[in-house]
Amino acid sequence: MVETAMPIWEVFIRPRSGLPHRHCGSVHAPDATLALQAARDVYTRRGESVSIWVVPSAAIIASDPNDKDQLFEPTSTKVYRHPTFYDIPDEVGHM
Amino acid sequence: MSRAEAQQAIALGDDALVLGHRLSQWSSRAPTLEEDIALSNLALDLIGQARLFYTLAGEMEGEGRSEDDFAYFRDASAFRNVILVELPNGDFAQTMMRQLLFAAFMHPYFAATAEHATHAGFRDIAAKAVKEMAYHVRHAGDWVIRLGDGTAASHRRTRAALDALWPATGELFEMDADETALAASGVVPDRATLHAPWQATLDRVLGEAGLARPDGDAHTLTGGRRGAHTAHLAPMLEDMQSLARAHPGATW
Amino acid sequence: MYTQALNTKDTSDTSRPGDSARLAVFQATIDAEDKIEANDWMPEAYRRTLVRQISQHAHSEVIGMQPEGNWLTRAPSLRRKAALLAKIQDEAGHGLYLYAAAETLGVRREELYAQLLSGKAKYSSIFNYPTETWADIGVIGWLVDGAAIMNQIPLCRCSYGPYARAMIRVCKEESFHQRQGYEIMLTLCRGTAAQKAMAQDALNRWWWPALMMFGPSDTDSIHSADSVRWKIKRFSNDELRQRFIDATVPQGLHLGLTFPDPALRLDEASGHWQHGEIDWAEFKRVLAGGGPMNAQRLAHRRQTEDDGAWVREAALAFAEKRRQAKVTRVAAE
Repeated sequence: MVETAMPIWEVFIRPRSGLPHRHCGSVHAPDATLALQAARDVYTRRGESVSIWVVPSAAIIASDPNDKDQLFEPTSTKVYRHPTFYDIPDEVGHM
Repeated sequence: MSRAEAQQAIALGDDALVLGHRLSQWSSRAPTLEEDIALSNLALDLIGQARLFYTLAGEMEGEGRSEDDFAYFRDASAFRNVILVELPNGDFAQTMMRQLLFAAFMHPYFAATAEHATHAGFRDIAAKAVKEMAYHVRHAGDWVIRLGDGTAASHRRTRAALDALWPATGELFEMDADETALAASGVVPDRATLHAPWQATLDRVLGEAGLARPDGDAHTLTGGRRGAHTAHLAPMLEDMQSLARAHPGATW
Repeated sequence: MYTQALNTKDTSDTSRPGDSARLAVFQATIDAEDKIEANDWMPEAYRRTLVRQISQHAHSEVIGMQPEGNWLTRAPSLRRKAALLAKIQDEAGHGLYLYAAAETLGVRREELYAQLLSGKAKYSSIFNYPTETWADIGVIGWLVDGAAIMNQIPLCRCSYGPYARAMIRVCKEESFHQRQGYEIMLTLCRGTAAQKAMAQDALNRWWWPALMMFGPSDTDSIHSADSVRWKIKRFSNDELRQRFIDATVPQGLHLGLTFPDPALRLDEASGHWQHGEIDWAEFKRVLAGGGPMNAQRLAHRRQTEDDGAWVREAALAFAEKRRQAKVTRVAAE
C-alpha cells in the first residue's frame, strides 16, 4: 500500500551570520511549521545554522536545462563586463 | 544544607534521565524518519541534563560518586523522579502529551532557576536547559495541536493520553520539607509559583487542539519523589543497568 | 557495500529517436567530470540504476538503526548512551538525505518504503546479523562504518549531483562513527578479561560479514561496465575490499586481537594483506533473505510503518483543515 505522500520541502540554511542561505536538502512534513522543525532537527544537529528557510518543493520554478544555451551562452562573449577587459597603466596603481 | 541541595540535583537528574531514556526507546520506531530524528534530539537534551545534574550532585556530596554511579548503581526505590516520566511511552499521542506536560513545567522552572537561583551550579545548568525545554514545549505542543485537531481517531487518542497522564501532573508541584527550605533560601524556585505559567501554556495548546484541561484530581499518581514508584520503573532500570552491573568495576 | 544487490545489469532498452545526440552530450558531461543534475536529460537505465543504488543505500541506513538500537537502552555508561543515540540518529539522517536524493529522480520515499517492506528492495547483508553483546556495537562502528567509509568517499565524486552532495554530508558526519566504535574496542581490550573476550568474540563473528559488504569478487561480479562509464562506481569490489583489509588489520593488531582467518598474512612484496576464501554461499543466502535477522528487521520496520500511519494521517488532515480555513477566510475578506 502506498499511502498519501507527505509534501516535500526544500531546506535552505544560513550557516553563519553574514552568509547567504544555501540549499542543503529536503524534508517531508505536513505543513510549514513542522517542516521548519524537521529542517532544524535534521540539518542543524551539529550547530551549523543561524537561520533556516523552508520552501514547498512544488513552489520552485526551475529553468529548463535545454534552454541553457539561450539563457547562459550569450553572456560569455560580453567580455567588457569584466574588469580585466580594460587596460589601466601599472603606474596608476590598483583600481 | 548541601545534602538537601544534592538531593535536589539528583531528583532533577532522575527526571531528565528517566524521560530521556523513555524517549530513546522510540529510536527506529517513530511515525516518520523526521520525527525519529526529532525524538532523539529531545532524548539527547534530557540525557545531557541528567549528566550535568548528577555530576553536580556528586560534587555537592563530596563522596566521589560519578554520573554513572547515580544512573547505573541505584535501585528504583532510590530514584527520585516524578511518576509522570516513568510511565511507558504508550502511543505517539501519549509521548507527545507527556512531553508537553513536563516541558511546560520545566521551562518556567529553569527560567526561574537561571534568573534567581543563589547556587551557581543550578543556575548554569538551568541557563542551558531553559532553551532546550522551550523547544520541547514548541515541538510537543505543535504535535498535540495537530493530533488533537487532526482526525477523529487522533483526537480520541490525544484525549485519552491527556486523561491518562493528568493524575500524574500534580506531583510536578509537590515539595517536601527540604525543598521548601531550599526554595525559601532562594536555591531553587518555589514550584507553586510555576502553576500559572504551566497552566497558561497548556491552555493555549489544548485550546488550539480542541481539548479541555481535565478537571479530575491531578494528584492520584504520585510518590515518585519519595521513591514510591509504579511497577513501570524497575523493569526499565533493570534493562538499562543490566550490562553495567554485570561487570562491576569495569570501564566502558 | 550498502548496495551489494546491485549486481544485475539493466538491459531494458527504452531509447527513443533523438536520444543518441542527447546521450553524447550526457556522456561528454560525465567524461568532463561535470555533474548530471535532476532536470538534465539522462538515459532511463542511468536513472533506474541510481534509484536502485541510492534507495538500497537509504534502506541500509534505516534498517541499520536496528542492530545498534538493540543495545541502546543497555549502553553501559551515560557517555556511551549519548554517543550511541547520536550515532543511530545520524543513520536516520543519512537515510533521509539519501531518500531525498532518490526523490530528485522522480520517485517518492513512500514508494521506496513500499518496495523495502514488500521485500522487493534489498539492503546490506550486514544488518541481517544479530548484535549479541555490547562489543558488537564497537565492532559495527569500527568495521561496518569503516567499510562504509571506504565505499562512500569515492561516491562523493559520483556523477549524479544530488547523490554526490548527499554523500559529502554523510561522510562529514560519519567521521565520528568509526572512531566511536574503535574507542569502544580499545576500552574493552584494555579492560577486564571478560571484556577482552567479548571484543575478540565480536571480531570473530563480524569479520567475514564485514568483508562481504563489498559485494561479490570482481571475477563473479556482473557489476555493469555502465556504472563505471557513468562514474557511479569508481573502484571495483575487490579493490575497495583490499583497501579496507589493509587499513583494518593493523588496527586490529594494535588492539591485541586476532582475525578469524588463518590465511591472513602480509605479502611483503605488494604490501597488501592477503586473505582466505570468502564464503560466497553464505553471502548469497543472507542477501537473499536467509540471514538470521532478515525476518525480524523487516517485521520491525513494517510494525513501525503501521503504528505511525494514524499520526501521518492526522497531520495531513490537520494541514488540509487549516488550508481550507485559510481559503474560506480569504474568500470572506
